[in-house]
Amino acid sequence: MDATAQAASVQRLSFVRQPDSWLVRLFDYKPFLVAICMLPTAGLLLVFLTYPLGLGIWLAFTDATIGNPGEFVGLDNFISLWDDPVFWLSVFNTFVYTFVTTIIKFALGLWLALLLNHHIPFKAFIRAIVLLPFIVPTVLSAIAWWWIFSPQFSIVSYVLVDRLGWLDHYINFLGTPWAARWSLIVANVWRGIPFIAITLLAGLQTIPPSLYEAALLDGASGWQRFRRITVPLLMPILSVVLTLSVLFTFTDFQLVYAITRGGPFNSTHLMATLAFQRAIPGSQLGEGAAIAVAMIPFLVAATLVTYFGLGRRKWQQGEAND
Amino acid sequence: MANVTITNVRKAFGSTEVLHGVSVGIEDGEFVILVGPSGCGKSTLLRMIAGLENISSGDIAIGGRVVNNVPPKERDIAMVFQNYALYPHMTVRDNMAFSLVMAKAPQAVIDEHVRRAAQILGLSDLLHRYPRQLSGGQRQRVAMGRAIVRDPQVFLFDEPLSNLDAKLRVQMRAEIKELHQRLNTTIMYVTHDQIEAMTMADKIVVMNSGNVEQIGEPLELYDRPANLFVAGFIGSPAMNFLRGQLRDGAFVTNDGVALPLPPTGHGAGNGTDGAPAVYGIRPEHFQLRPDGLPVTVHVVEPTGSETQVIANIGETQILCAFRERVMARPGETIHVAPDTALVHLFDADSGRRYDS
Ligand SMILES: Nc1ncnc2c1ncn2[C@@H]1O[C@H](COP(=O)(O)OP(=O)(O)OP(=O)(O)O)[C@@H](O)[C@H]1O
Ligand SMILES: [Mg+2]
Repeated sequence: MDATAQAASVQRLSFVRQPDSWLVRLFDYKPFLVAICMLPTAGLLLVFLTYPLGLGIWLAFTDATIGNPGEFVGLDNFISLWDDPVFWLSVFNTFVYTFVTTIIKFALGLWLALLLNHHIPFKAFIRAIVLLPFIVPTVLSAIAWWWIFSPQFSIVSYVLVDRLGWLDHYINFLGTPWAARWSLIVANVWRGIPFIAITLLAGLQTIPPSLYEAALLDGASGWQRFRRITVPLLMPILSVVLTLSVLFTFTDFQLVYAITRGGPFNSTHLMATLAFQRAIPGSQLGEGAAIAVAMIPFLVAATLVTYFGLGRRKWQQGEAND
Repeated sequence: MANVTITNVRKAFGSTEVLHGVSVGIEDGEFVILVGPSGCGKSTLLRMIAGLENISSGDIAIGGRVVNNVPPKERDIAMVFQNYALYPHMTVRDNMAFSLVMAKAPQAVIDEHVRRAAQILGLSDLLHRYPRQLSGGQRQRVAMGRAIVRDPQVFLFDEPLSNLDAKLRVQMRAEIKELHQRLNTTIMYVTHDQIEAMTMADKIVVMNSGNVEQIGEPLELYDRPANLFVAGFIGSPAMNFLRGQLRDGAFVTNDGVALPLPPTGHGAGNGTDGAPAVYGIRPEHFQLRPDGLPVTVHVVEPTGSETQVIANIGETQILCAFRERVMARPGETIHVAPDTALVHLFDADSGRRYDS
């Protein structure tokens, strides 16, 4: 043993543990730690989430207009909405919009993700392209779609009529209720696919290839491997993506407001656009807030169903150890 | 049931070739064990037989039919993966039943097969569990069970017992052997365990960095290893090698110690006088004899059934294993004699055995 090592061992022997100071003990005290760590987040949530939400809910029970704080009127706003056909149309639209686009987005997004999960040439490039609609600001892409749906300058009409000659008149995409609804659905699908494709691709990449090899040797066909390996293993992430997608679509505002502003004749209003329309341009703050508040139960229900219905599986539960 | 013929198979991943022309013939119903150091290409070869890797060149035939372009599903092969590859979202029962379900077997048949496999493997109480709720050894047994519920042409086992404790391993070894005797299916089995290789195999294939070094029955490899690699790889503890020269019908090590040769001569043929050679002798083939070579003891390790002694002959360190207890202390000199009938001589340059 050399001199330093000897010195170290002597020191270790003579070392007596000092009692901790009160500060050290305070920070070792779990309830205190929990409280102090939660404080910043809780404060931010309170100021930036709870306050606006609370204010919105309060407004829904007042007759506030722009410039007038208004008085508490109880359920008056909701009662008048109950008899308002435009409101019910917006509810109907929101459901159709959410339901149809979610189905299409998931079908196409999953298909894209499966394609991108294979070895294909220019993979990185194709992934970048797929992500594009997600990167472009929504208002910008809404304007592009508005242009595509234009009655006079639509490129679709131009190709179909002037180039291919399949139609003899320009299509009035946004002129009639159902054409406008389908046009919005197309735009929303285009805008929503990247998010779904990329997140599902991430999910697919967590599935070990050896499971597919084992299934291959077990005699499973391509479809059986998809049904019995891919789908169940993708379910946890699928449910989260589905929840998020439903929430985003249900509360969508930008695309619809930029392309149709709810027209023609209020036929494409979603609850979000109608709320805004009534509250700001229509200056009926209380009524607009009531429409927005009416979305909350639907959103909570949708979240509960998708999240708990498809969420964590028994095989995932417990501690991971591999 | 089928024979498997591997002819001059090569495998390259990109520009790196990992198998350099492997040829192995496996008879119908034979139990073949593949051994070799880590990374030598054992798993790759199994995966090629299963159809999970394509074949860069050469042919693989199963039951006389070249399967190079036959998809895995149609090769009728069951494989136990080195990393188990259990389906995490299925219970033990469903994992084992999966291949039968895919084959649309009747429910009663599935239940019966799963029950029997679970019984053989000691998994009967775990059938409702998910893989994540199992220990490493239990998972390995499920992987094994997934293979044995089937009745395939060929079983491929990639180190199926490596995670089991010693007792369970002995038990499973017997079960696999019994399974083989009952089904008489062709088995290819990778292991790092010498005992498994020696006790279970009809035939052992020794591989080294993408080449086959020797193919033969277990005792054949032990008694007459074809080259230095096989000599050093088969047998535990490993064979002692002493480098030196053959001179006037005798072997002299590089530091001048003369070692006795086999009574039949060294079989080296003509023109090897003075040629560099390697003298191989297994630890268990030394005897304590007063007229033996003097060796200096370094370490004495009693294992109970035998005593292992690490000692020096001249400069070279050797390991001897004696049946009797040795009371020597480090630094002392003992006298040991190699059993000359069991001496192996190799050409130092090519590594090949002289008398083969
Ligand atoms: N997909 C791959 N790409 C590139 N190299 C690979 C690939 N798979 C295996 N190899 C290489 O091939 C060689 C053989 O690998 P293999 O898995 O067959 O070894 P092994 O004999 O099974 O080893 P072990 O006993 O450790 O399981 C290794 O050098 C490995 O690095
Ligand atoms: Mg391996």
